[in-house]
Amino acid sequence: MGAILIRGGRVIDPANGVDGIMDVLIEDGHISRVGEALKLPKGGELVEAEGRLVVPGLIDMHVHLREPGSEQEETILSGSRAAVAGGFTTICAMPNTDPCTDNEGAVAFIVNQGKAAGQANVLPVGSITVGRKGEQMAEFGQMIRAGAVAFSDDGDTVRNSGVMRLCMSYGLMFDKPFISHADDKDLSGAGVMHAGSVSARLGLAGIPSTAEEIIVSRDIMLARMTGSKIHIAHTSTAGAVELIRQGKRNGVRVSAEVTPHHLALTDEAVATFDPSFKMAPPLRTADDVAALKEGLRDGSIDCIASDHAPHEQEEKELEFALAPFGVIGLESTLPIVIRELILADVLSWPELVAKMTINPARILDIDRGTLSTGAIGDVTVIDPELSWTIDASEFASKSRNCPFNGQTVRGRAVMTMVGGDIKYRLI
Amino acid sequence: MARKADAFQWQRRDLLGLEELSAEEIVHILDVAQGFKEVSTRSIKKAPALRGKVVGLLFFEPSTRTSMSFSLAAQRLSADVLEFHAESSSLLKGETLVDTARNIEAMGVDIFVLRHKAAGAPQLLARSVESCVVNAGDGAHEHPTQALLDIFTIREAKGRIEGLKVAIVGDIGHSRVARSNLWGLIKLGAEVTLVGPPTQVPSAFARMGVRLSHDLDKVLPEMDVVNLLRIQMERQGKNSFPSIREYSRLFGMNGERLKRCKKDLLVMHPGPINRGVELSSEVADGPQSAVLRQVTNGVAVRMAVMYLVAGAKGR
Repeated sequence: MGAILIRGGRVIDPANGVDGIMDVLIEDGHISRVGEALKLPKGGELVEAEGRLVVPGLIDMHVHLREPGSEQEETILSGSRAAVAGGFTTICAMPNTDPCTDNEGAVAFIVNQGKAAGQANVLPVGSITVGRKGEQMAEFGQMIRAGAVAFSDDGDTVRNSGVMRLCMSYGLMFDKPFISHADDKDLSGAGVMHAGSVSARLGLAGIPSTAEEIIVSRDIMLARMTGSKIHIAHTSTAGAVELIRQGKRNGVRVSAEVTPHHLALTDEAVATFDPSFKMAPPLRTADDVAALKEGLRDGSIDCIASDHAPHEQEEKELEFALAPFGVIGLESTLPIVIRELILADVLSWPELVAKMTINPARILDIDRGTLSTGAIGDVTVIDPELSWTIDASEFASKSRNCPFNGQTVRGRAVMTMVGGDIKYRLI
Repeated sequence: MARKADAFQWQRRDLLGLEELSAEEIVHILDVAQGFKEVSTRSIKKAPALRGKVVGLLFFEPSTRTSMSFSLAAQRLSADVLEFHAESSSLLKGETLVDTARNIEAMGVDIFVLRHKAAGAPQLLARSVESCVVNAGDGAHEHPTQALLDIFTIREAKGRIEGLKVAIVGDIGHSRVARSNLWGLIKLGAEVTLVGPPTQVPSAFARMGVRLSHDLDKVLPEMDVVNLLRIQMERQGKNSFPSIREYSRLFGMNGERLKRCKKDLLVMHPGPINRGVELSSEVADGPQSAVLRQVTNGVAVRMAVMYLVAGAKGR
């Protein structure tokens, strides 16, 4: 493996408090030096990064890769290609595949397919319960041995509080995070969008914010009771942000993520009945969006995650109530969060980079997300000024259900390096 | 036809709902319907306006009166009518709405009339086909021709809409009739009050420029019109009220209540009536009931709507 020198970019490495115009030298798949006026070793490759940002490889801890089971929507190969095209060097694969990732063999399959794809690092999330049925605890220990980094029944909430408590309690000896998909199904029922004035107008069944907040509250309380780590997936309501804020203040080991679509869109978008705006949790109100941004600013929300959820075009050409939940995000996340958080003055660049690198790395307890000397050579170069139009038909993802399709945006990953190898480059 | 109708240029190829219509457009439909109502009183009840056109009725939800009303309206305009009901359809084989419609359109259809259980289905259809689309009821979203015939009937009885006090009583949250009525009535200047238990009249409706009430007796004396929605017996399992008996006592219209109302109160119901629940027979068959006039006017209103969309320029 040769040497690569990324020269003259603005290097932002929040874990080390680095933010300045510098060079980054990668040798033998690892970061060998970050500093000024570094020399390119003989035979090495030069990447000119002037005017660009050089950051640790981005991490997306919430992705649905659909393999095994729905390979027509996405595969581990197509999904991890979409990841590197979007600047992500590490992605976590959620376990709601068919069959479900609830055992050692299933976890090993994803690890192996990820390696065979040879794009981003693909880290499996195992299910909390067998078959994601919410009844029987899955084999956490066995799955961790095969490479599982966290546990979640994502797509469903573990409905029974007793089962959730048991899992969190048993899981303490491994100390991996449990990722909570917070939805009180008895309350959200047949809802297909946020319950509020827009759903009242459209006559679509609503999912109240309270359905999310009841479970966020429950899981934070169970984490306090058991001492477990809990990570709140796709936080979408002002009330949930406040519960997480309080939980952190009370010393609970709670962390949380937010998706780009919940930062950029509101339930008003559903007025077209276009299923590209149908996801779980649903798009909420402008007040919720403001609270999510405030939560990012004050640290209540730790990270950005895409909740990349591919669906076939045919399924998204259905009546709104019949279409499946979920939108893709790997290739649109970066410009959308730049618009919503940097250009809107919510976060500084180092703060945003932390929420996409070192913060998820710490939640997952993985040795990535920094440019420390000796760290694995996962690096993303971002052109923050590059203006481009999102065209889902050109995505590496197999699916097209992107709510931002057609928007002209600013900022894009122009080089993605994984373990010292350049997997994607526009420069 | 009224003079106003001639001056206005209708532009829409689809009628998806009343929310997006202007007051002027709604009045125009009513005026055109007024002209067509006359056709229905002739001994030969036919006008040539849609001769050579094909109207495709796509009914994915059981309905007798609405589909019959549309069918008759189309035939009075001399159109050919193609009827498609979901129970006899290839939907059972898993064909999508869009595929079904495109196949029927390929046979040569000019206007689709769609009834569907999913809110927004007419919007999906209008995006997917070239033909005109008329919404005949989509889920709990809109039922524009029902509201137009209701408003037509009110205007006929009262001579105006502006300033009238109209109560809509029933399961507003699940009612497409209520939604279309409230948009149409508000746009034409009526004061609308939605009445029912809080489980059926969600507070979110307060933002739509209407009053909410959970006490029928309190609001009735000031009303000019009361429109009682059909209680969906099949929804009872979801317990938005404890029993038919209690519902009827709190929100049913009967002779006793009628005594405390304005003498010229107009009583409406979109049908089919659950006798003794929303309306007692005494009220339903009494002089203040507009129920059958609504049905008669429905044909004229649907003639007007199909005539107008068919005559509009390309989308």
